[in-house]
Amino acid sequence: MTVYLPIAEISVNLFLILGMGGAIGLLSGMFGVGGGFLMTPLLIFVGIPPAVSVATVSNQITAASVSGVLAHWRRGNVDFKMGMVLLIGGIVGSVAGAWIFTILNSVGQVDLMISLSYVIFLGTIGFLMLFESVNALINTRRGTVKRKKLHQHYWIHGLPFKMRFRKSKLYISALMPLGIGALVGILSAIMGVGGGFVMVPAMIYLLGMPTSVVIGTSLFQIIFVTANVTLLHAINTQTVDVMLALLLMSSSVVGAQIGTRFGTKLRGEQLRSLLALLVIIVCLKLAFDLVITPDDLYSLGAGGH
Amino acid sequence: MFFSMRPLLTTFATLCALVLAWAPHSQAQSSLVTDISSHLVSVTSDFTGTELLLFGAINIDDKDEGLNRGDVLVVVRGPEKDVIVRRKDRVAGIWINTEAVEFARVPSFYALASNRPVEEIAPPDVLNRLRIGPSRLHFRPVEPEQTSLPFEEAIVRQKSRANLYSDQETAVYFLGDTLFRTTIAIPANVPVGDYIAEFYLFKDGELLGAQSSPLFIKKSGLGRQIYDFAYAYPALYGIAAIIVALFAGWLASAISRKD
Repeated sequence: MTVYLPIAEISVNLFLILGMGGAIGLLSGMFGVGGGFLMTPLLIFVGIPPAVSVATVSNQITAASVSGVLAHWRRGNVDFKMGMVLLIGGIVGSVAGAWIFTILNSVGQVDLMISLSYVIFLGTIGFLMLFESVNALINTRRGTVKRKKLHQHYWIHGLPFKMRFRKSKLYISALMPLGIGALVGILSAIMGVGGGFVMVPAMIYLLGMPTSVVIGTSLFQIIFVTANVTLLHAINTQTVDVMLALLLMSSSVVGAQIGTRFGTKLRGEQLRSLLALLVIIVCLKLAFDLVITPDDLYSLGAGGH
Repeated sequence: MFFSMRPLLTTFATLCALVLAWAPHSQAQSSLVTDISSHLVSVTSDFTGTELLLFGAINIDDKDEGLNRGDVLVVVRGPEKDVIVRRKDRVAGIWINTEAVEFARVPSFYALASNRPVEEIAPPDVLNRLRIGPSRLHFRPVEPEQTSLPFEEAIVRQKSRANLYSDQETAVYFLGDTLFRTTIAIPANVPVGDYIAEFYLFKDGELLGAQSSPLFIKKSGLGRQIYDFAYAYPALYGIAAIIVALFAGWLASAISRKD
């Protein structure tokens, strides 16, 4: 059974799209990532134009994130104060990111920059997470859990504008979450994703937030960033396909609900090592595509005149 | 306007057919009478492509009757758009877009059907002049001094792969000596816009007659409303999309909470 997408201007198999939405929704509920870094390449792979994929996925991530946040909120796993600080940084960053994107677009290398930034960020984060979580798993197996210091002091803790985040059990400078929010905002505008896959590890490893609070807080911030991106794309390029977004939403929100329950049953290290593996697989696929000889060296694009 | 054209053309075809049947010897020159099964293709939300029937009749010059009925070429051209073709080269181990050539007014759809291979029907200069066949479309680079041939070939190759360019050299069938018909596949990914169907009649390599008629491929139904809304009120459309997303997220959460 096929359905015609009015903005993408192609017909797609209904069940293929629903299946993709459900699978990505499941992962997004489990790991607290929006799933954009998986969904966008998948949609492009099935033939949706890249611009439509990016814009529509941001719309769909909004829905998946709302559903995820509500589930985490009921369990008390959202640090709203931290979320707001991250969000302020995120909005500043996404405006800057949109400006960088425009410059790259005029140079004509935006596709390459997207692929390269995916490979670099996914690769770095994936391997760091994998090492850390595998180490933690091995240590718990051996039963020789090194007792962590309750408080580790870095230069970060010397920064001014300290704020108390009760939910996260942190007393740190507001500049840290602001800076992380801004960085993720830039990346999400350039890479066309919610930014959860950067946000989640940054919150765990840079801010030192407890894993249980990280996911809900990340989703909370993603709602607003992706809503902003959706609006910008709708106004600037008319590439948000509501029909496609609805199909993805209806299946991904169901998947996300199941995923959230699944996620609470897994231990933190297991969750992190699974996410790390997923990130590395996507990274390797993209890196492979950059290196292997393409089927056709030529590609067509819409002319600008 | 196109709604009224179809019955008009049909009437015209019927009239000509009558003339053909009742007074076959009164015609001095060969000419064509043609029509399409539908002048309007609606792309609805369940559109999976369609087939158009293009048909017509040749008014035969009585001297040649029975010896050589001529050859028929049918061409369907889609709306013209500017296209950028980029070529990748390996730079420091990875494939990067390096050269790009922009072409003006490239047909977004092109289908050719003929009763036998076009090279046998007409000499190359005529085929080139009429731009018959995907390889003779002669795309015009925006900056003409560039060496653009491989880029032109890339357009034909990629469009053919997407079923947007086609070349069926034996797909026009004759029914008797005068009537002919062919079908042209309109794929699901067809670009919307104003199309044109052209019919050519050749005899001994000479163009004897040509006919063209308009063809419209339009979005309709819910898809059209979404498309129009997105382009007419982009900010409202964006806000609506966000509200839909917020509601969908809340709804899913509310449903699962009851379990």
